[in-house]
Amino acid sequence: MLPLDIFLSAMANGLMMGAVYALVALGLTLVYGVLHIINFAHGATLTAAMYAVYVAHAMLGVDPYLALPGLAAIFFALGYLVQRWVIGPASHGDDSNILLVTLGLSIIMENALLAGFRSDTRSIDVPYGFSVVEVGNLFLSTPKLVAFAGSFVVAALLWLLLARTDTGRAIRAVAKEKTGAALVGVRVEHIYAVTFGLGAACLAVAACLLMPTFLVNPRIGNAFVLVAFTIVVLGGMGSIPGALIGGLFVGVVESLSGLYLGESLGQIGIFLIFILVLLARPTGLFGARA
Amino acid sequence: MRSSYLPIAVAVAVLALLPLGTSSNTTLNFLSFALIVALAAQGWNILGGYGGQFSFGHAAFFGTGAYGMALLQVRFGINPWLALPLATLLGAVVGAAIGALSFRARLRGSYFALVTLAFAEVFRILANAWGFTGGAAGVLVPLRIEAANMQFADRVTFYWLVLACVAAGLVLTQAMARARFGAWLVAVRENEEAARALGVDSLAVKLRAITLSSGITALAGGLYAQKFLYLDAGIAYGSWISVEALLAPIIGGLGTVFGPLVGALVLLGLGEATKIALGHALGGAVPGADLVVFGVLLILCVAFAPRGLLGLGADVRRLLRRPA
Repeated sequence: MLPLDIFLSAMANGLMMGAVYALVALGLTLVYGVLHIINFAHGATLTAAMYAVYVAHAMLGVDPYLALPGLAAIFFALGYLVQRWVIGPASHGDDSNILLVTLGLSIIMENALLAGFRSDTRSIDVPYGFSVVEVGNLFLSTPKLVAFAGSFVVAALLWLLLARTDTGRAIRAVAKEKTGAALVGVRVEHIYAVTFGLGAACLAVAACLLMPTFLVNPRIGNAFVLVAFTIVVLGGMGSIPGALIGGLFVGVVESLSGLYLGESLGQIGIFLIFILVLLARPTGLFGARA
Repeated sequence: MRSSYLPIAVAVAVLALLPLGTSSNTTLNFLSFALIVALAAQGWNILGGYGGQFSFGHAAFFGTGAYGMALLQVRFGINPWLALPLATLLGAVVGAAIGALSFRARLRGSYFALVTLAFAEVFRILANAWGFTGGAAGVLVPLRIEAANMQFADRVTFYWLVLACVAAGLVLTQAMARARFGAWLVAVRENEEAARALGVDSLAVKLRAITLSSGITALAGGLYAQKFLYLDAGIAYGSWISVEALLAPIIGGLGTVFGPLVGALVLLGLGEATKIALGHALGGAVPGADLVVFGVLLILCVAFAPRGLLGLGADVRRLLRRPA
């Protein structure tokens, strides 16, 4: 049996990583909840956002945390435009077409990044990269704590936006009944694009919070997106609290199974959960809709 | 009746004569590889094109066929001519098992795509971690050039072997499309509830389709292993083959006999041309450039040519025939 401290520190690391997973999953689940599609380009978009943070830091000398608002705005705009001018028109409103178009987008982005940056793994060097906060016997990485807190702030903001604003009401209306929403004057195409933009903005935030302690290569998004799919399926497609709880849970499972099974087999735990949940209860543990 | 097999005979004859015009090993390797991808895509097309169940994880079957072929030889000393059908069978069994689990759980659409993707990833991680499959170092099939060992001094012979398998796939697809089973499968694709209401056992139909589909893709994997004599988890179970097996039929023509073959040749041909053109223009290889082209093609096809290049060709012919 491992000492308690190691177990607790694995738990804490799992929770902190899980919060970022939750943030990635939040974007995915939001898009699913409204458009009822799975965005396969989600992982590649995260990779692109991480490269944007890298470029901002390496070439312009902008700190990731300072780059956050700007990048979130840029990715919101990109997401909006891509949904409005590419995914929407190209898929003719057919679900399996949307699946294929987003798959095509992810292939393009991933390989354009590969062509541009080659397959080298890159990271950025910030002065606070290795600073820690001491809590009892545990040393917690400061950037990871920031990421943990930041993810919850974004989730809260997203919830406020959905619950309290007119745009949020329109998004929820389209999610529930898009024909009805269109009849009362909601511009469905616009709302779809806004939702897609919000999903992309979540990824930009996640990238800014991740980069101080993480590395980036053209395929890094794949690692996250399968985890995010697992979380979304676990938490129930379209559910925001589900994504948060699911994210934390998966972060802890990954961290603990990595501790007990070793890194390479540790990932299997997540996929097995994923397959089991899909087979046994595809609406998710917290999902309401069938 | 028989005339529907004539185009297959013509196409196979043309492909069989193609290598006689060249002695370049690069061209032959390219053609063999393209046909292996075409075969994997033919497998995908049965489930995805005719059955409407989009798998994002056909690597699970391709990899099982490839590892089956390599490990049966290396670990059990089985002759490759026997190992190839066994590996095909193994892939079909894995397909039937995955199909039984996911179709019984009523997964379809995005959910089915996701679960197949997850299975392929699980296999990849296992193959990468397990000593029996050679782990991360992969598995090497020893070089022993003998016809009895399915290794030929002449690259053309292996090309013809792959072509024979592709031809068998074409005939099988054509026969299936004309049989009652093919009609049931299309009915399930178009409207599963309506098909069930008319007495089609949709679960049984989908299970047969995925078994057939995964067997064909596993055969392609087995041929791949024998062609390159080396495998690791990233090659066998990597997402590249899931993507190419899906792209080829969509670009060629979903749910058509020739779609996967046309799609694979066009796709890989364009990819190769992009690599060469960019290599000349920029003075060095640009990794990923060919895949960017694949992605663009996929989106363009979904947007403007939902029936693929073959459908586009038919439309153009109809336009030309009609007097202006």
